Amino acid sequence: MKWKTTTAAAAVTVFALAGTASAEGELNIYNWGDYTSPELIKKFEETYKVKVTITDYDSNDTALAKVRAGGHGFDIVVPSANYVPIFVAEGLLLEARPDQMENFKNVDERWVNVPWDEGRHYTVPWQWGLSGTGVNTKVYGGDINTSAIFLDPPAELVGKINVAPEMNDVLFSAIKYFGGDWCTDDKELLKKVRDKLVEAKPKWLAMDYSVTEKLPAGDYAAVFYWNGAIMRSRIKNPDIKFGYPKEGFPYFMDSVAILKDAKNVDNAKLFMNFIMEPENAAMISAFAKYANGIKGSEQFMPDDMKDAPELVVPAEFEAAGEFLLSCSPEVQQLYTRIWTDVQK
Amino acid sequence: MARRQRAYDIRRQPGFGLIALFTFFALYLPIAALVAYSFNAADSLSRWDGLSLRWFISAWNNQAVQDASIRSLLLATWAATLATIAATMAALATTRTPNYPGLTFKYAFINQPLMVPEIVTGVALLIVFSRIKVWTGYTGMGYLILAHTAFCIPFAYLPIRARLESMDLTLERAAADLYATPWRAFWRVTLPLLRPAIIAGFMLAFVISLDDVVITEFVKSGGQDTLPTYMLGQLRRETSPEINAIATVFLALSVVLVTVFYFVNRRRP
Amino acid sequence: MATAAETARAAEARDRRDRWLLSAPGLIIIFVAAIGPLFVMLAYSFMEKADYGDVKFGVFSLEGWVSVLFQRDIFDDTLGLADAHLSILWRSISLSLYTTVLTLLFGFPTAYFIATRPATTREVWVFLVTIPFWTNLLIRTFAMQQVIRNEGLINTALISLGIIERPWQIMNTDLAILLGMTYVYLPLMVLPLYASIEKLDFRLIEAGYDLYASRWQVLRRIVIPLVKPGIVAGSILVFIPSLGAYVIPRVLGGGKSMMLGNLIELQFGAGRNWPLGAAISITLMALVMVALLFYVRNVSRSGASHG
Repeated sequence: MKWKTTTAAAAVTVFALAGTASAEGELNIYNWGDYTSPELIKKFEETYKVKVTITDYDSNDTALAKVRAGGHGFDIVVPSANYVPIFVAEGLLLEARPDQMENFKNVDERWVNVPWDEGRHYTVPWQWGLSGTGVNTKVYGGDINTSAIFLDPPAELVGKINVAPEMNDVLFSAIKYFGGDWCTDDKELLKKVRDKLVEAKPKWLAMDYSVTEKLPAGDYAAVFYWNGAIMRSRIKNPDIKFGYPKEGFPYFMDSVAILKDAKNVDNAKLFMNFIMEPENAAMISAFAKYANGIKGSEQFMPDDMKDAPELVVPAEFEAAGEFLLSCSPEVQQLYTRIWTDVQK
Repeated sequence: MARRQRAYDIRRQPGFGLIALFTFFALYLPIAALVAYSFNAADSLSRWDGLSLRWFISAWNNQAVQDASIRSLLLATWAATLATIAATMAALATTRTPNYPGLTFKYAFINQPLMVPEIVTGVALLIVFSRIKVWTGYTGMGYLILAHTAFCIPFAYLPIRARLESMDLTLERAAADLYATPWRAFWRVTLPLLRPAIIAGFMLAFVISLDDVVITEFVKSGGQDTLPTYMLGQLRRETSPEINAIATVFLALSVVLVTVFYFVNRRRP
Repeated sequence: MATAAETARAAEARDRRDRWLLSAPGLIIIFVAAIGPLFVMLAYSFMEKADYGDVKFGVFSLEGWVSVLFQRDIFDDTLGLADAHLSILWRSISLSLYTTVLTLLFGFPTAYFIATRPATTREVWVFLVTIPFWTNLLIRTFAMQQVIRNEGLINTALISLGIIERPWQIMNTDLAILLGMTYVYLPLMVLPLYASIEKLDFRLIEAGYDLYASRWQVLRRIVIPLVKPGIVAGSILVFIPSLGAYVIPRVLGGGKSMMLGNLIELQFGAGRNWPLGAAISITLMALVMVALLFYVRNVSRSGASHG
């Protein structure tokens, strides 16, 4: 009898430890890899006595697939602007009404009435930036302000290029490379885009997100990637230079959203409010080196970000930038199929 | 009959020794490199800055690593315990008997997890479990424990079945002759004789569960990273030699377990 | 009154029932968490894919199976061979075969070497093979990465010796996957080979030499036929996990050199085509079954007991 009670007690204890503990005091964040400031998380944990777990993903598609499958156990996800409408349409997001939160007043007006979340009923800004090229100038000394770096790579770079595994950024650049408009359904042009990408892919080394380590270390000689990660690479290795593709480059914004089946909604809301505080938003940017969309955060930012060549778009390239928005479902489906062709 | 003395050793094959030594060298060189780099003082894997324990300390202080380690150990304990119990029962049911209908079926069933590639089991479990997770709302560790138990059973089963098949029946018969109930005879005679095999089976299952990355990757919910899946996530980024330190500790743990397993198995009565 | 025969039959029936009850927990767990899901997956492979992952439940479609081998052209909707899938299938099979050959080339002499050591040191050598065998696969893959990466052991050595100027790009290529799989699966080849060579009757070899056979002839005509079951067992043990490899190509292949395992993951992740992923999984399983059948037939035909 005694033996039985002891065993039962032990079993209950271990199960309690192994099972998800009570929802209180926890927060599960599903975010892009290498994107979340550890200091920010530490501060949040200490302020609210909440234990935060971060899980990485490498593309919007991966995140969408995992969340869509269900039973993921995450509370927060950070999709890009063009994916937010899909998440909303699929009924995956909670209408958390961040626009009624205390710190919402700090959000830059530019990022309040955005097309993917009019009036910010679902999401708050996390970071925004742009995609461009990053080249090790010791390996290649030519013009880097062009998408040709990865679409028609010069001989020095062939086999040493990493391309972000993100459908929309890559397709955007390729469409612009042929002079098309984003969201075009011109099949002539898209055929050229597909063929070009299929032709270029064997010249790439990887489609991965380990840029901040491998680009400065010399494992990659060039990347098509996001400006913040390239800036971090340049800090480690001054030979790295950032290029603004003159044919056209996309701006992106990733936004924090709460998932509909989140278990820790209260903590997730606390987190939303928390990151709209200028000092905290600055921590996000200081780590990942992207701008954040919160007014007044500049004063808390490290000096090296104020005039970084990766972050301040030179006047001559300003016209080439365009915000990456979602296209109609039909066009999106067409793009997905092109991308599948490329990815396989 | 006297053996003729030969001028050469008939067992020798030229070059085999060299290839073998090269193989052993190649088998241990990467591991040695991994361990060496874990003591590297530099921030990056690309440089060597002298000896230091800083990455071990930093790994030790890393909350995510701590959580993942504890989760891995708990999971392995659970899965190995359940698998060993189920495997012992199954071994008792499938040995020391003339062939009966369903016996081959049971063998095939129990060994099935060994035949199917892990990735296939992984995605199949993803399909089924994600639906169950949505239906029940329960997203706890139960799924991982169940999945691990399933693929641990054949490993626990192997040594226990082997031991049962080679075991002497006389002691059990003697117990039965002395009017011991079958349960008492099992508890007092069979089980003590089986103990080394049960321990061996448990340890095999434990190591197998501890090592699993593929099935865990597909079954886990948010915040359920085990040490291997945590490492898999980090590996794509190679952020720091901290990952080497974790790997070195993991490696040491495996070596200890294998050594213990080896001696437990050798000292069988 | 029951006859002796009836009592015996009743006892036998009871024994059967007990044996089913005893094995029930194990069988149920394996059914729920290993075999059952495979049938669900089979059903999924015949359903229509939903837009963002998952399937349209109960909607029958052969699209998943068709797209294993064929693809519709995006622009003119004609059906052609899915060369991307075929090339991944081919890479999986050929890399697995190469891995098997390489592990055999290195594993056979190693196993032979161990088996011909004196009994006292033999155990130590076996133990040295066993340790990597039980070490986490991920850690061994990672260890391999330290050797072949651009700043790794091989490149550092070659550059400092002045043999090459620029790092030799091994990471993220098929060669990296091949080296990784050979390294990781080598113990799976050595152990069964060793078990088989150890049982070898060296008097037969002596007889061969007495008949003036050369070393090569002895190896080819006597040793190899006798240890064939070990060779087949080792090859199967290496070939099957190579075919289903996922971690090694993911870590060493850089997300570009895919094998079947990664293609399956892609369909359940970013590719969001579950029926296709399910169909490829079942294809992979079928390939494994073919390899196993080959094994069973070969071992039973050679008539020897396998080790």
